[in-house]
Amino acid sequence: MSIYLPIAELSVNIFVILGMGAAVGFLSGMFGVGGGFLITPLLIFYNIPPVVAVATGANQVVASSVSGALSHFRRGTLDVKLGTVLLIGGLVGATVGIWIFSLLRSLGQLDLFISLLYVVFLGTVGGLMLLESLNAMRRTRRNETVTLKKPGQHSWVHRLPLKMRFKKSKIYLSVIPIIALGFAIGILTSVMGVGGGFIMVPAMIYLLRIPTNVVVGTSLFQIIFVTAYTTVVQATTNYSVDIVLAFILMVAGVIGAQYGVRVGQKLRGEQLRALLGLLVLAVGLRLAIALVVTPADVYSVVVGGMN
Amino acid sequence: MRRLLPALFALLFAALPAAAQMPMLGDSIEQRERLQIGVSTTEIAITSDFAGADLTVFGSVDYADELLMAIGQYDVIVALEGPKDIATVRKKERLFGIWVNRRPMTLEHVPESYAISSTRAVDSIAVDTALNDRGVGIAHLPLIPIGFVGNAANLGEFRDAYRRLKTGSGLYARDTAGVRFVSPSLFRASLRLPANIPNGVHTVHAYLFKSGVFVADKQLLLRVVKTGLEQAITDAAHERPFLYGVFAVFLALVTGWGASVIFKKN
Repeated sequence: MSIYLPIAELSVNIFVILGMGAAVGFLSGMFGVGGGFLITPLLIFYNIPPVVAVATGANQVVASSVSGALSHFRRGTLDVKLGTVLLIGGLVGATVGIWIFSLLRSLGQLDLFISLLYVVFLGTVGGLMLLESLNAMRRTRRNETVTLKKPGQHSWVHRLPLKMRFKKSKIYLSVIPIIALGFAIGILTSVMGVGGGFIMVPAMIYLLRIPTNVVVGTSLFQIIFVTAYTTVVQATTNYSVDIVLAFILMVAGVIGAQYGVRVGQKLRGEQLRALLGLLVLAVGLRLAIALVVTPADVYSVVVGGMN
Repeated sequence: MRRLLPALFALLFAALPAAAQMPMLGDSIEQRERLQIGVSTTEIAITSDFAGADLTVFGSVDYADELLMAIGQYDVIVALEGPKDIATVRKKERLFGIWVNRRPMTLEHVPESYAISSTRAVDSIAVDTALNDRGVGIAHLPLIPIGFVGNAANLGEFRDAYRRLKTGSGLYARDTAGVRFVSPSLFRASLRLPANIPNGVHTVHAYLFKSGVFVADKQLLLRVVKTGLEQAITDAAHERPFLYGVFAVFLALVTGWGASVIFKKN
């Protein structure tokens, strides 16, 4: 059954979109990420114009983050104060990102830039995640205690001024690295159509040394607002949010996520991280290959202003 | 063998006058041929399950020379031209191992879609110059670059690429047997509208050629419109983009919240 997407201006098979949404939702529920980093490339592979894929991806992430954040809020694993500080940086970053997005689009380099960003970030994060989790697995096998937060070890991050106390997270930390992190992720949200959880979560754990239990909930909390903001700004500047496409993805995604969560609970933390690392690497590799392999046609056509 | 012989003779006789009398007859006609066309609808609606459509154009050739018509000297070409817009063709080149869009060329005023049907292959109907003059046929559409500063020798390359990509995406299509004469003067042309047809005002343009010479043409407008919900969504996205964005977010919030409520009970 085909359905016409009014903004992307093409007909797609509704079951393909539902399947994509459900599969990504399942994975996002399993790993506790928004899934934007999977949905946007998938949409692009399925011939949705990158402009629409990025903006619609951001909209879809709003839905998947809400259900995730709500369950973390109920369990008390969400630090609203920390999330708000992250959010301030995030909103500024998203605004800068939209500006970069429009500029690249007018230069005709948007697709390349999106792919490059994906390759760099997915490659780095996926690789690090995989290495770390493999090390952790090795340590558990040797019956060593697994501690992500090494006590007494303070990096340069902890010597910065403007410190603030975050009760729920039980940390005392400068707001500068938090805002900077939010800012960087905000840019990625508008340029890549991702929530940025796959970068934010490891950065919060390894760089800021925020306790793992509040990390996912807090990142989801701020992702809701940054992606919501990005959706509205993309809609006003590029008219590229396809609400029909977004809605199909959302519905399939939130349902898939519920089953993903159940599977995720059965797996151990480091196994989960290793799998997520592999997945992230695989998507990055797929995009990298597309950049390097000689394209089927070196020419491309763009009509009017729409990409 | 004996039966075949008369048939062969008949064929020879049919072919001979076609070659010999063509110019003479063409000159002696007082009444110019006229072309009439009609379409069953002036509007194509893009609904949510739109998967392309077929458009049938009926037409007649009035005051045609009966003999020339009988030996197939008249050719009809019907083209459906989409709304016109600029188009940018980009060529990728390898830079540090990755493929990067390097050289762009912007073409002015080209139809976003172009479906052409004819009684036979367009190139065998008339000579290139006749087709180029009127821009009939995918290979003969005028593709004029705006402010092209590159090597002029590349122009042809870019134009070929443009035609190839448009044909590949189904937006440009040709059917060399899409026009059929159903009676000596009536013809029927069928055009295939692809699923990704752009909305806007399209032009049905019919051309009549006699022995390779253009004699008449006729145009009709055809609107391709999104309907109902699709149109409402497009309008909202372009006319009230802020509210549209807020609504998209609201929808996402409700979906996410709804899912967490429904699945909590289970």
